[in-house]
Amino acid sequence: MSKIRIATTSLAGCFGCHMSFLDMDERLVALLEHVEFNRSPLTDIKHCGPCDIGLIEGAVCNAENVHVLREFRDNCKILIAVGACAINGGVPAMRNHFNLRECLEEAYVNGVGVENPQIPNDVELPLLLDKVHPIHDVVRVDYYLPGCPPSADEFLKILGDLLAGKAPSLPYNLLHYD
Amino acid sequence: MSMSSAVSNFSNMTDLLRSVITRIYAESPYLLHVLYALQRKFLHISDEAVREVAAHLDLPTSQVDAVVEFYAFFHKIPRGRYDILFSNCTSCGYMAGGVDLMAMFGRRLGIAVGKTRGDGLVSMDQTSCIGMCDHGAALLVNGMPITSLDGPMIDSIAALVEAATPLEDWPAEWFYVEGNIRVSGLLLKDDLSEGISLRAMLALGAVGSLSEIIQSGLRGRGGAGFSTGMKWQLCRDAQGAAHYVVCNADEGEPGTFKDRVLLHSYADSLFEGMTVCAFAIGAKQGYLYLRAEYRYLLSHLQSVLTRRRELGLLGVGILGQPGFSFDIDIVVGAGAYICGEESALIESLEGKRGIPRVRPPFPVTHGYLGQPTVVNNVETFIAAAHIVLRGSAWFRAVGTGKSVGSKILSISGDCAAPGIYEYPFGVTIRQVLDDCGAKDVLAVQIGGPSGTLINRAEFDRRLDFDDLSTGGSLMIFNQARDLLAVIVNFAHFFAHESCGFCTPCRVGTTLLKNGLDKIAGGHGTQYDLDEMQRIAALVKYRSHCGLGQTAANPILDGLQRFPQAFEQRLVHSDEPHFDLDAALEEARQVSHRDDTAAHIK
Amino acid sequence: MSADTKQNTITIDGQEIPFLAGQTIMDAALAAGVYIPHLCHRQGLTPHGSCKLCVVDIASKSVTACTMPAMAGQQISNNTPALNEARKTITQMLFIEGNHICPSCEKCGDCTLQAMAYHLGMLDGHFPQFFQRREVDASHPTVMLDRDRCILCELCVRASREVDGKNVFDIAGRGTNAHLIVNSTSGKLVDSDLETSDMAAHICPVGAILIKKSGYKVPIGQRTFDLHKVSEIGLEKTILTKVRQPDE
Ligand SMILES: Cc1cc2nc3c(=O)[nH]c(=O)nc-3n(C[C@H](O)[C@H](O)[C@H](O)COP(=O)(O)O)c2cc1C
Ligand code: SF4
Ligand code: SF4
Ligand code: SF4
Ligand code: SF4
Ligand code: FES
Repeated sequence: MSKIRIATTSLAGCFGCHMSFLDMDERLVALLEHVEFNRSPLTDIKHCGPCDIGLIEGAVCNAENVHVLREFRDNCKILIAVGACAINGGVPAMRNHFNLRECLEEAYVNGVGVENPQIPNDVELPLLLDKVHPIHDVVRVDYYLPGCPPSADEFLKILGDLLAGKAPSLPYNLLHYD
Repeated sequence: MSMSSAVSNFSNMTDLLRSVITRIYAESPYLLHVLYALQRKFLHISDEAVREVAAHLDLPTSQVDAVVEFYAFFHKIPRGRYDILFSNCTSCGYMAGGVDLMAMFGRRLGIAVGKTRGDGLVSMDQTSCIGMCDHGAALLVNGMPITSLDGPMIDSIAALVEAATPLEDWPAEWFYVEGNIRVSGLLLKDDLSEGISLRAMLALGAVGSLSEIIQSGLRGRGGAGFSTGMKWQLCRDAQGAAHYVVCNADEGEPGTFKDRVLLHSYADSLFEGMTVCAFAIGAKQGYLYLRAEYRYLLSHLQSVLTRRRELGLLGVGILGQPGFSFDIDIVVGAGAYICGEESALIESLEGKRGIPRVRPPFPVTHGYLGQPTVVNNVETFIAAAHIVLRGSAWFRAVGTGKSVGSKILSISGDCAAPGIYEYPFGVTIRQVLDDCGAKDVLAVQIGGPSGTLINRAEFDRRLDFDDLSTGGSLMIFNQARDLLAVIVNFAHFFAHESCGFCTPCRVGTTLLKNGLDKIAGGHGTQYDLDEMQRIAALVKYRSHCGLGQTAANPILDGLQRFPQAFEQRLVHSDEPHFDLDAALEEARQVSHRDDTAAHIK
Repeated sequence: MSADTKQNTITIDGQEIPFLAGQTIMDAALAAGVYIPHLCHRQGLTPHGSCKLCVVDIASKSVTACTMPAMAGQQISNNTPALNEARKTITQMLFIEGNHICPSCEKCGDCTLQAMAYHLGMLDGHFPQFFQRREVDASHPTVMLDRDRCILCELCVRASREVDGKNVFDIAGRGTNAHLIVNSTSGKLVDSDLETSDMAAHICPVGAILIKKSGYKVPIGQRTFDLHKVSEIGLEKTILTKVRQPDE
């Protein structure tokens, strides 16, 4: 049987979900007998190729996030929103309380200790969306893995279910939003 | 400004507020009336005004504040000296003639929807149906309706506003609202002459009058069709320190305007009916709850009440009966469809937000001020007055099965002769459409947005409580109509009018509105459509009151009968829930960028 | 009331349950140890009927259990997949209407809304977020009001009026603009007569009203719903079941 191909990425997230994934420790070794990684911080592959499962950490906060997310959606048979940020915006969405201009001015113009106050406008930089969105506001999402971050056990459970060809479900004791 | 002048200004304002509040409250001790007077005089209700009202009426500040924020016609931010509200109904709305008259008006005066112009002269907004559906596009200027709008009229109105011409000097004929009675049946033949039903009532006695109503089989004309006789009996039997009669003249269902005409031309019949009810249930006080959109009828109604008092038909010892005293007060609402729901109406009468109560208990046992109360529709009371006069057999002779008597319809939309039609119950839709000159009909909305949307195949269905039940609205849509736009309009109406009390309706009506906007905008997928169906079912089934329970009807009916109206707008790819490129606009402005990377397709 | 006990029972999911005159379906169920999900209900306060978590079906008619009087012979469905699905959808509506960022919320683990979501197996908010901007009121020396998390259950409104003998809170606005207001001349908590010892300051089921300077006294992992299910707390019994995974 060929290996299940998994890609992962972090949009507006803190990599905490990825770290938690790695918390599987030695159980990761067993998992790797069944899966291989495509684009992921673990592999350094830059673009997502055809995959079975895409794991998305983080919220959508800028134009680049949108492009990466769409590339994942186009290439992954199953897309999973991983963690609070991907599911409802999480901590990055706390900026939604303010106008984007207020945020940028606070960070680059009026903030404490800012030198050479100027809002960056380099065309290389992705523009920010006016609000931070969960990923299902932009693309269709198949499954959700809540938590901030989800525990390694949650990753194992959901991937285990999918490898076994079952609809993934989380038992009560693995379900948490923090 | 110097310290002392600031202080003296402040105290002047406080004095002024206090004098207005004291005067209005002495005239008419209702919170809604005091707030209305303040809104008119100061064009808004300031925080200070809220505090002064609370102090003077001995109410919590939060209650006054909550009421101000609940009703659409009260504002915490100043409106213009000319406050223009365009109806957004499909029949009397600013789009009724196919041209966006509100946008046109906005361009003439340089003003945006929902805003007050910088110089404070004029403000403009849209409002839910104002009940002028037989007259095409209509607006309210400082509460006064102007109907049959078109482009040239919009120009004239804009010019009068710009010149700050007092409303008294505007063409008087603009403010005349024609009744448009096209077919008269049992009730519309004549307004009962003063006291004629009351004399019949006295001859029958209270029990005899009540049993006449019971035997007539009269059912409520407000939509739900509860037996009027049983309602009066239950109320009569209920224990309480006082009993009350309330007439529901809130008529907020879009496409309904028959009560407007009844209030205008049959007020005596109505007051006779309310008095009969008072006699039957043992009430001393009655209320007419008039929707704010019909405030222009207030002085007329009050003059009828005054005349009736002079004639001894209201007040102490009516028609010389020492034991029978009854009087009627008119309380005017302030822009909230939900206040047509009887328990929300009672809350509103009590000076609160219009939040439907938990039922049971029902108003017949726990109504106004917790006392037994009958709430009936305008038409129901008029029917009761006729029944007491002419006998239950006279009434029963008309109609069909469990739907006896006649129904007064408000017919609007795509037909040659919109207006008021009175038919015996059981009339077919086809007959009605023929009579009003409707051609190439695609669909008919029976009973307003909360009712039933039917298609051509159903035109042999009948208007009665067993088939198509209606509070009286019939909106006709011909083949040229975009039915999805109609359904979107209704979804906006419900989201705007949801009182916000219960979760399914508060959140669900907004989800439905947003989802339909997405589909109508050409960004919806089959998934979105399935979601609409699922949310609609939940809102219908799980909401607290009739508003939520019916809010999804147009969508559910539309999906069932006109699926193509939705499906032809669907796209077959993943679509985001928001406009990605528009979401970058603020960042483009802040960073002064417009390169290709600054856009998303 | 008749002495015939048969007349004074209702049936919930096939289980016969006695009731006393004047009890609601919710009262009878909780007294019998049957959990009906609820958010805006608290025993002793006037039933409110607004959250609709407690919806049950009687002969395929939807009924609000916390306000509907128990009546002999009612055949009630409660713990069914269809009803729990409806409740999950309603819970999702509450989540997306407000701004619930659990990882940054002091109520996390003590929050009934969150526990309800766990109970119903809710993995996501599902609907597009409303992202409403709501006001925070930090004016009071000991009590904090963050409207982002308010679910408009009016428990604080009722507790203040019915238990504290005050009238500190009310709801203003309509539809999705409905919001909690404070009864004081400035509209701020500091000018109200709310005190830390008031029931209204403690009753909030979510993290909208919080007591200041007590944050994180109970560590995450040892909080109410870390240790108990909402279906136990809702019955006001305490049995330890939810055990956190070591790596949570
Ligand atoms: C959202 C809503 C709006 C209503 N609006 C009206 C109304 O404008 N006029 C009316 O008579 N009844 C209205 N009703 C029905 C009333 O609740 C009540 O049933 C009616 O006034 C009883 O009078 P009837 O028995 O004479 O019909 C409305 C109900 C709901 C749920
Ligand atoms: S969910 Fe939490 S852990 Fe995961 S990326 Fe977001 S903030 Fe980090
Ligand atoms: S159904 Fe709508 S209008 Fe009725 S109580 Fe609920 S929120 Fe208010
Ligand atoms: S109030 Fe409850 S649901 Fe909301 S953010 Fe806090 S813990 Fe989460
Ligand atoms: S503040 Fe808390 S208790 Fe008060 S209404 Fe909001 S959620 Fe309910
Ligand atoms: S608990 Fe019954 S409606 Fe909230």
